[in-house]
Amino acid sequence: MTRVRGLPAGLALALAGCTPIQSALDPAGSNAGMVFDLGVAMTIGATLVCVLVVVLAWRAVRRSRAEGAWLASPRMVIALGAVLPAVVLTALLAYGFVLDRQLAAEEDRAALTVRVTGEQWWWRVAYLAPDGSPAFETANEIRLPVGQPVRFELESADVIHSFWVPALGGKIDLIPGRTNTVTLLAEREGIYRGQCAEFCGTQHALMAFMARAETPEDFGAWFAAEGGDARQPETEEEVAGHGAFVAAGCGACHAVRGTAAAGTIGPDLTHVGSRLTIAAGTLPNHAGTLAAWVTDAQAIKPGARMPSFDELDGPTLRSIAVYLASLR
Amino acid sequence: MRLPTAFALLPALALLWGCDKPPVARADAGRGDAEDGRTTVASLACGACHSIPGIRAADGTVGPSLAGLGNRNFIAGTLPNDPGTLAAFVRNAPSLVPGTAMPAMPLSEAQAIDVAAFLASLR
Repeated sequence: MTRVRGLPAGLALALAGCTPIQSALDPAGSNAGMVFDLGVAMTIGATLVCVLVVVLAWRAVRRSRAEGAWLASPRMVIALGAVLPAVVLTALLAYGFVLDRQLAAEEDRAALTVRVTGEQWWWRVAYLAPDGSPAFETANEIRLPVGQPVRFELESADVIHSFWVPALGGKIDLIPGRTNTVTLLAEREGIYRGQCAEFCGTQHALMAFMARAETPEDFGAWFAAEGGDARQPETEEEVAGHGAFVAAGCGACHAVRGTAAAGTIGPDLTHVGSRLTIAAGTLPNHAGTLAAWVTDAQAIKPGARMPSFDELDGPTLRSIAVYLASLR
Repeated sequence: MRLPTAFALLPALALLWGCDKPPVARADAGRGDAEDGRTTVASLACGACHSIPGIRAADGTVGPSLAGLGNRNFIAGTLPNDPGTLAAFVRNAPSLVPGTAMPAMPLSEAQAIDVAAFLASLR
């Protein structure tokens, strides 16, 4: 749990480059590793070309007469101006093409498909059954088994978003009206952060998600439990919270499977208590932040579709938060 | 007179205790690490509800600003502002102030003492 609570602080650190939770420079799988290698090759190549250009420019300015003639000779102009770029860019094209094919081939190995739909400003996540129908829905968090490539079908419900977990692979846009695919592979257990990488409106910066890479056993157990109905409220406060949740009409937008709440406008809350964050990576997940979000969503994420339920009294608000936190 | 254990956490008792002897956690409470407390406050996102000086993006308006908390005489307008009570309050506010909107927080006792030390340092 300490790890969980440490996440948002970790996010800030990640941006400062201290924690590898969201870094393309610390790949956690071979897909991201191949992209990283390409990045390293391009950086080294670009540095060499840059140095060459600077040195030649320096010589051109400080040239002796003989050297100037050598630099300006047709042979040098053709060699450095046409042949060298052609060779370098052709090599890069070939590298990129081979890499792209390798990444695409991963898709054939993927046994699991997850459909992710970008919505302003959160991620709808549906794990698909083998026949392609949604097995269950969740939101703002994906889990994947270590060592097994997972295929993602990416769609958008409104504007263009971009799906990017830097530690696990390249980014790809979610475009309204079409389905893009990408295959991610995690080879190291861990919690990674994904972020919308295409400006999609005022709360674009607060459109993140968590990717949790787990052992295949842990993943299998989670998959089986996640598809089930919500945990029944047990304590007096949870029961009261469930009642208040229903009375406030939360079920018009949110689904809690196994209850009357079956809304599809907002994130599925069936197992919301088991997620690391709420409001798409905006806040760590516990009763306190859940209460804050319910009562003050418009201050936390202005423009989001979630209204601020500011008419609830203290104990009612608390009970809803405690109920939501109990939905593990 | 021996009081039932269940009453040990009740606010009224904390208040009464304040008169002649310090609340249970007070000795420990004075030893909280304000820097650790600051880290905990940041990672729990207490700022979702409270405005807290020195914490990035802590500009919540649901609850009161915590600026100058160390100078205040009362917590939540009702409880004496001493380190032990403050630590108990941040950990389980509803047990001390039943009408509060602030839920119990996922804090260990040691973390709560650190958080109280941090809050007391806000002057």
